[in-house]
Formats: sequence, structure tokens, C-alpha cells
Amino acid sequence: MWKLLQIELYKIFRRPRTYIAFGTIAALIIILQVGLKLDGQEYLDFMLNSLSKFDVSGTVLNGYMVCYVTLQMLLINVPLLVTLIAGDIISGEANMGTLRFMLGKPYSRSQILIAKFLAASIYTFLLLIWLAIFALLLNLVIFGTGDLMIFKSSYLVIINHDDIFWRYIGAFCFAFLSMTTVAAVGFLLSIFAENSIGPIVGTMSVIIFFTVISTLNIPMYNVIKPFLFVTHMNVWKEFFDQKADAHNVGIPGTLQNPQRIISSALVLLAHIVGLVSLAVYIFKKKDILS
Amino acid sequence: MKPGSIPFYLLFVNVAQLSTLTLQILIAPMQNIISVTGLTKQFKNLTAVNNLSFSVNDGDVYGFLGQNGAGKSTTIRMLLTLIQPTAGSINMFGLDLQKSRRQVLQQTGAVIEKPDVYKYLSARENLKLFAALSGIKPTQNQLMAQLDMVGLSGRENDKVKTFSQGMKQRLGIAIALIHDPKLIILDEPTNGLDPQGIADIRNLILHLSREKGKTVFVSSHLLSEIEQVATRVLIIDKGKKVIEGSAQELFDPSQTIVEVDTLNNETTLAQLQQSQWQAALQPRRSHTIILKLNRTSIPQLHIWLVQQGLQVLSVQPRHSLEDLFLQVTSGKQHVEAFTN
Amino acid sequence: MKKMLILLFTVPFCFLAAAQDMTDLVKKVKTKLDQVNDYEATGVLKTDIVFIKAPVSKIKVYFKKPDKFRLKKDGGISILPKGGVSVTVTNIVDIASFVALAAGESTVDGYPVKIVKVLPSDENNEIVLATLYIDEKNVLVRRATITTRENGTYDVSLSYGSYSNYGLPDKVVFSFNTKDYKLPKGITLEFDDDVKSSDMDKLKNKKGKVEITYSSYTINKGIDDSVFK
Repeated sequence: MWKLLQIELYKIFRRPRTYIAFGTIAALIIILQVGLKLDGQEYLDFMLNSLSKFDVSGTVLNGYMVCYVTLQMLLINVPLLVTLIAGDIISGEANMGTLRFMLGKPYSRSQILIAKFLAASIYTFLLLIWLAIFALLLNLVIFGTGDLMIFKSSYLVIINHDDIFWRYIGAFCFAFLSMTTVAAVGFLLSIFAENSIGPIVGTMSVIIFFTVISTLNIPMYNVIKPFLFVTHMNVWKEFFDQKADAHNVGIPGTLQNPQRIISSALVLLAHIVGLVSLAVYIFKKKDILS
Repeated sequence: MKPGSIPFYLLFVNVAQLSTLTLQILIAPMQNIISVTGLTKQFKNLTAVNNLSFSVNDGDVYGFLGQNGAGKSTTIRMLLTLIQPTAGSINMFGLDLQKSRRQVLQQTGAVIEKPDVYKYLSARENLKLFAALSGIKPTQNQLMAQLDMVGLSGRENDKVKTFSQGMKQRLGIAIALIHDPKLIILDEPTNGLDPQGIADIRNLILHLSREKGKTVFVSSHLLSEIEQVATRVLIIDKGKKVIEGSAQELFDPSQTIVEVDTLNNETTLAQLQQSQWQAALQPRRSHTIILKLNRTSIPQLHIWLVQQGLQVLSVQPRHSLEDLFLQVTSGKQHVEAFTN
Repeated sequence: MKKMLILLFTVPFCFLAAAQDMTDLVKKVKTKLDQVNDYEATGVLKTDIVFIKAPVSKIKVYFKKPDKFRLKKDGGISILPKGGVSVTVTNIVDIASFVALAAGESTVDGYPVKIVKVLPSDENNEIVLATLYIDEKNVLVRRATITTRENGTYDVSLSYGSYSNYGLPDKVVFSFNTKDYKLPKGITLEFDDDVKSSDMDKLKNKKGKVEITYSSYTINKGIDDSVFK
């Protein structure tokens, strides 16, 4: 299995289109950094507009804040970049004509499929590491550290600067789970197609469709919301909230809703296992006619 | 070279090789490398393969023939577990394919019609990658030797996207052979190749069979090529076996096709039509005259032609696989439609 | 009759005498606070505002006469109600022209206090009205209710300890009504609103508190103006 995984990773990272995602993320973040460095005050003023009756002092626009803003924007778009690889992983081989070559080798279909999914997951992981380097580390260098001020829907959270880094580790880990779920969707659709456009478009359509349902406040759809993976994908934000004592003073080192993080993680994990298992089950029985 | 059936082959093998071959046959009795029984594949509205049974012996060059859509590729894909049979069994190397897939495929190398590889990798990188999939780690020298064997040395570092179809075909064959399999399955191996390439493949098949002792299972449209290499042949039509056997078994001496060529074939034909040879005349497909008669009558025909004062260029008996093929498949009616 | 006349003349003088006492009392407080030209204090800030969830923070507070005030959280962000924390007792007693009227007596934290209403004469002063609860014996302001022009009304409670001689508190608590404060609307894409609108109204009606507990003061050592920028 290790050998298979090496082969799959080799194929992914020898392909020029793999690096489009890395380049896109770097370019987007750099543009954001330049914009905020030059025009950050206006952005800050807009952000702090609702706190006009308060004196806010300190470095609000610091590396942690810029990273949070970056993640908010990019984690909506990263699924597409993940799908570029995951949606192509079987269908691309079918299109190239290499799938029948691969499947005529001694490795079983299950082994091949699992190796491919693991490779897609590792690609996703590396993409997020890349995102972390640019969005977090580079921003800390450019904008410095400081407390993190987050606007929730009905309250403001301020997290001490020495209580933030572990939260980002947690958030990135959770984002990895979310993106791997997207990869699993693309992976499943990939086994049905013989070119990658279908699975890529299909995966994005699924995400958009479920996202719309999860944002509608219609009672009949509220029943299914907890089961939609998109409902849980944004739960990484829960890492950026903390419990408060009876006097509403934030308690450092705590999470407001750890249970939600755990339950969402389990839902996403269940999706990953379910989707990949289904893909393996279907693919094992599939006639390869490409 | 005459068609490669066993009796002809032995004429061209020296005594030392004959002794070795005999010893091998005595020590290891001939076994079925492939044994297919009642193989059937049903797609939605189509029975692509219908109760097909055949066997391939160790050391055979087994020609697998049929028209387009006869079920050849479907059968080959079932041998490689790319398609699940609807019914029937496949045994390879004495093992049930379904239960011992890994062991069987470790001993098998295959090229399926119009093979393709990873275009963004070089020839050498592709070969190395597929070798790893076959469970081996060849040295650079071994990789180069393999590429050299298929005529790709000098192009090993070029990206495959710059290759012609013929070059990709050659690379596909190199990939199929890299792990030195016992059984080689070739589906349309000469697709896209020029005449030199076709000749190279033919010689390669003969080399693999005669010098390396491999078993080769080859399907092709080029009947003339199969004729030159195959020790046994299976012809299928509409998914069903039509005929199977060695050249010796398939070609009836009493039904030998003879091709006559003279300086004036029109005059010769007119004279034959008014002679005792009239019944043996066959429809012409070219400028030469075709007769079907008993092999032992060929010298008499030759003598009669000379006695008639006809200027004979050649009297050539043919064991034509094409003729056999057209005879037993529904292809004949298509040819007649064209010629008529 | 004679006695009534005497009473009639002396009572207004008594009242006059009482009004002057309040100004004097206020001026006594000012004199005490005037000992401090500047200070740098370390302390801890606690924010108890229902729509701000902030942890306890270590802070530094800087003051320089006459009215420079700066609160800094090391490497961090502090959010304080505008005009609240920075408007100290010093600002009140420093008002150039004011009227200080007695408004009774009370007890704050067990200390008897005089209630003094301070009205700035300048109509443009940020402070509209300040009610000081002055511990006359110790010349300390124990509590203040300050109404400002722009930033509403808030209460300030002060506790003293080792720096009471300078009139510098150990603990200050600022309380205000959050009713008039806009709840922060984020630019985050929060898809689920856990707080319903009726709950949000309840939140609005609560009191907010900012509490500063000072651990030490460094007094009159000089502070550069750049600190207050």
C-alpha cells in the first residue's frame, strides 16, 4: 500500500496542473496582504464601524486577524482547488487511457482506490499547510502578533495573543477534515465519469446546492441540515470563541462549544468513510470499458 | 517465412534447440496456461461473449481473431479482470482467476488496444512507474534495455505527449514485458505501426515464444501477421467460438487454395473454364486466378497449364487464414457485397 | 420677633456657608490629586459587557497632567466605553469653573460620604453633570456618577489602598447601561444565529462593567508625550 501511495503522489505532483492551486493561493494571499498593508486603516474603520461608542486600542489589524480574514475568504474557494485533483483522480486516468493499464496490475481495486484517496488527502493536507504558511506565518511576519478580535453574529470575542496559535492549529486541522470531505465527494463522482470536468462541476454543484439549503430558514429543510456536510464545514470558526464566566469575562484556553466541534468532526468523518466506502464498493463491481 | 505451425517451425530449428524443446516437453508436460469455460458477458441488451470456451497451452502463440465487435476485447478484458463475467470460469496458470487474481496478474503482461500512458511523464518514467505497479524495481540499465528492445532508445527522456501512436504502442509493449511475465496478452499490438514496426512486432512475438518460452495471446485484425506467428488460432463471431485449433488442424489439404499467375491470365481463365478444372475455380479478388482443389492435384494442374501452352509465372498453394476467416465468419457476405 | 429676625438673616448665610463648603471640599480633593503630575500604573482589566467576551488582561495605564490618559494592553487589544475610563476624577476636579452643590450624605463601602453635584459652567464641556460621593475625612472620591455630552451616563466606583495618600485608587469599576450601544454586526459569514431577536433585546438592557484593578503605581517619574499618541 505504501508503494501504491508513493506512486499516486508521484503522479499528482509530477503533473503541472497540481501547482495551479498552490500558485492561486499564494497569489490571492499576497494580493490581500498588499491591500491590507497599504489600505488597512480604511478596512479597519469599516470593520469597527459598529463599535463607534467604544475606544478600541491596540494593534487590531495584526497577523492573526489578517489570517482569520484570509481563511474566511479562501476556505470558500479552496474546495474548488481540492476538487481539481480529487475529481480527476479516477476519471482522469480513464480519460488518459491509463486506468485499464493500472487495473490490470496485481494490486486490487480496493488497494488502488484507497491509495488514490489517501494521495488526494495528502495533497489536500499540503495545500492547507501551504495556506497556513502564507496566511498565518507570513502574516505574522508582515503584520505582527496581537490579540484577535472576532465579530460573531451577536457578540465580539477578544482572544489573548498567547491563546491563539493553538486555535489556528485546531482550525487548520478541522479545515483539513472539511476539505477531505469535499475530496471524498469528488472522489466518488470521479468513478462514474471518463473525464474530470463532470466530477469537478458535480462536486461544486453539490456544495452550492447543499449550502443554499443549509442557509434557508425553511422548517422542512431544517430537519436535514444537521446531516449535510456543508453545515459542518464552517465549524472551524468555533475554535475562535471562548467560554465566559458569570461576569462575561472570557476564559483563556477554553472553547465555547467544544461539543459542536467534536460532533461536526464526527459527521465529516462519517461522510468521508461513507463516501469512500461507497466509491470502493461501486468501483469493485464496475466494468472498465474505457 | 512459412506460416509458423509446429511442423514448419521444427524445420527451422536446429538440432540443439530441438533437443532442448523435447526435454522441456518431456520434463514439464504441456499445461493450459489459460483455460476458459462457458465464458459469457451480458451487457444490457447485448451478449458480447456467449458461452465461450477455449484453452491456451504453455508456449503457444495463440491467435485470437474476430471481426470488429465480435467480443475479442471484451474477452481480453475479462482475462485481465477489467470486466466481470456474467457466467463461466477462467483459470490461468492452473489457478481460478477470481480467487488468485494477484498471483495470476503477477505472471501476466498485457497491452490493450491503443495503450496510453502518462503524457506528462517521459518514456523512462512511465516504464519505471508501471514496473513499480508490477512489484519490481528495475535498474536504469534494465529500463534502457527494455526501451531498446522496442526501439525507443534515444527517446527515453522525452515526454510521452510528443510520441506518435506507434511509439506509444511500443512503450505499451515495453511496459507489458518489464516484469518478465510468463503470459503476454496483446490486443491489436500492431495498431498505428508502420510496416517496419509491424515486422518488428512479429519478430518480437516469435522471439518471446521461441527463445524466451513465453506464451503469447494475441488478437489482431492483420490476419496475415497472425498467420505468420500463431501456433494456434481461435476465431470468434458475435461472441461465440466458431473454430479453434492449430494450423494443421484448421487447414484441410483437400480444400487447398491455389493461386495461379500467368503472362495472360484472361486467356488462362477462359481455358480453365472449359476444362476439367472449371469446378475448382473461385471468385477472383485480384489479377491472379484462384482455384480450390486437393493438395495432391497441384502438380497435375501445373502440367496441364504448361501443356496448354500457357506461360506460367507461378502456381502457389495458400493456407490463407483470411480465407478461412471469411469462410467461417459473417465477413464473407460483406466481401461478396463489395466484389459484386 | 428679634429671635426670628436673627434666624431669618443667619439661615441664608448658613446655606451660603454650606455651598462654599462643597467647593472647598472639591478643591481639597483637587489639591490632593494635584500631587500627581504623572503616573504609570500596572493593573488588570476585566470587561463585563454582555456582547463583548474578552479575557482578563494585563494593562498599563499612563496619566500626565492635565488630562492625558492612555490605557495599553501589552501586545493586545482593549475595548473601553468611549469617554468613560479616560474621564477620571481628576478631569472633574480640574474643571476651571464649576458649581458644586451639596446633595446630601450617604455611605459607600461603609464610608460616610458627602454627595456633591458638580456642574461645569462651560456649556461646551464634555461633562454635563457629575455627582461625586466624597469621603470628607480621607479626602477621597469613593464614587461618581458622570453624565457626558456624547457618551451617556456611567457610574464609577473607586476603592483605595496603599496609594490613597495620592488619591490614586486600587480598583475602579465603571458601570453603564448597554441599552444605547449598538451590538456589533460582524462581517463574518455566520450562517447560524444562535441568539434570537428577543434575547438580543434582553442583552441590550443589561449593564456593562469595566473593572481596573491596579497593582502598582510609578508616580511623578516623568512620561514622554509619545506614549499618549
